[in-house]
Amino acid sequence: MQEVTRATAASRFALASAIVLVMVLAAAPYWGSTASLRLLGEIMVYLALASLWNLLAGFTGLVSIGQQAYVGFGGYMLFTICISLGWNPLYAIPIAALVAAPISALVAVLVFRLNGAYFAIGTWVVAEVFRLGFAQMSSLGGGSGLSLPITVMREMASTKAEREALIYWAALLLGTGSITIVYLLLRSRIGLALTAIRDSEVASSSLGVSITRVKLLVYVAVAAATAMVGALVFMQKLRIAPNAAFSVTDWTAFVIFMVVIGGIGTIEGPIIGTLLYFVLRQFLADFGSIYLIVLGGLAILVMMVAPQGIWGFVANRWGLSLFPVGYRVKLQAMPAYNNGKENEYVGRNQAHRDVAAARRNR
Amino acid sequence: MALLSIKNLCKRFGALVVTDDLSFDVNEGEIIGILGPNGAGKTTLFNLIAGTIRSDAGEILFNGTNVAGTGVAERCRLGISRSFQVPHPFAGMSVFENVLVGATFGRSGDDRFEYALRALDVAGLKQKANLLAGSLPLLDRKRLEMARALATEPRLLLLDEIAGGLTERECHELLSAIRDVHSAGVTIVWIEHVVHALLSVAERLVVMNFGRLIADGKPDDVMKSREVKSIYLGEDVNV
Repeated sequence: MQEVTRATAASRFALASAIVLVMVLAAAPYWGSTASLRLLGEIMVYLALASLWNLLAGFTGLVSIGQQAYVGFGGYMLFTICISLGWNPLYAIPIAALVAAPISALVAVLVFRLNGAYFAIGTWVVAEVFRLGFAQMSSLGGGSGLSLPITVMREMASTKAEREALIYWAALLLGTGSITIVYLLLRSRIGLALTAIRDSEVASSSLGVSITRVKLLVYVAVAAATAMVGALVFMQKLRIAPNAAFSVTDWTAFVIFMVVIGGIGTIEGPIIGTLLYFVLRQFLADFGSIYLIVLGGLAILVMMVAPQGIWGFVANRWGLSLFPVGYRVKLQAMPAYNNGKENEYVGRNQAHRDVAAARRNR
Repeated sequence: MALLSIKNLCKRFGALVVTDDLSFDVNEGEIIGILGPNGAGKTTLFNLIAGTIRSDAGEILFNGTNVAGTGVAERCRLGISRSFQVPHPFAGMSVFENVLVGATFGRSGDDRFEYALRALDVAGLKQKANLLAGSLPLLDRKRLEMARALATEPRLLLLDEIAGGLTERECHELLSAIRDVHSAGVTIVWIEHVVHALLSVAERLVVMNFGRLIADGKPDDVMKSREVKSIYLGEDVNV
């Protein structure tokens, strides 16, 4: 029987480099300053948020602009657990996921009745409801919020340096973990179903794909992971208030910028977009509001020149895929026909763009 | 017992009655052709059987159970599979991945790779396994429709105008693939306007007009019936 393969030379190289990179990053508390540790931690947070939003919007077609609901929810879970139960803040991260999952399933019952733009607005409305709801809870500081007492933080580790390192490692785990999980999910049967649904809903359902079930699964998984990120974010900040916790700008608008600039619907895109965003921020933050104008201008420019984002453009040009999720059949040697191109596999992202290009040229 | 038994099936789109109290049986192992002019309700009938649209009244018994309220994906897993009149390839996926979707989600059991490859082989697409589905010419798209449907391990295969738009030679190749599928034990119901292709394989012929059955029987008898002739050729002036 013929073999079916998944990997490419580029992907093996990418995997090896990623392992080395993660090892270097894991050692950052030993070579980096507190400031660089915090910056790296923040980058990891956004890597996670961008990868997760990309899975939701880019691969599943659920364009949510209400993911701040789960960031804020995770943050408030951290404060609830730490203040009322006095537990180690790190425990709040997995607990936030466990509580957010059933809640997001309930939200899904509501927002899945909506499609496209209506879904987007619906998710935003839900996030606002979350914000207003938490602002009413006086035990959690109401509208003005509250701080995490130092006694609680000492539960985690006694010295400040140790705490910083632990929070950083948690961020590293969530950032790299999100990318890994998105990649593994897309390689799995769910990924196959998602790609099929993207290309034709009618055909995928008549081939046995339960569309709503697949979308619900992704929505709940992304919500749970986003809540974990939320718990971590407010562990870094040590202070929470409804407006910061459920900020559409911080937790969704910037994330959309990163994903769209980097390349939506590709695994590599959000990584590139996140790095680019932080580079721009480091250089431009001193200029005040000009910084946001430059971000907006860049977003428009990329949309006009390379609507598939930076990675989309690169992958299109050179047929690269660092995270291949497709399947390739090893065929027995056949008389060359069609210039021997029968055996040539193009990455799925590349393939998709070929089709788009073919449609444009028709 | 019939594999598929349709009882008093009704469907209307607003005031338009597209399926009017339709009843007929499909026996296990049969290969049935469905004929009828445009708008007779043939594709709607397939949509009702496959579950793409829901019926207003009546029963669809598949293997003895009423599936009229069951979803499309579930019916596929039960063994009802269909090809579309206008091919719906997953354009951004390879041919093999297209078929793999059916082999993964449309059936229970393992060895999905093997099943997908076998379906490609039957449909004559194996050598094009790694090509992009969106780049295929019409004949290959039709073959892909069939290969995907076969990969779901169907008991009942619904083919919707799969020979339409093909050249004589392409049609011939497709017919031999259909015969292979049928001889492997799959029950086939085939809607087709290319009458000679249909007649070369069909064991039974059903003719529809205005959402009703107007003939059902052996192909020769049905083609000779006055009602069928009047629909296709008009009334004979001498009659």
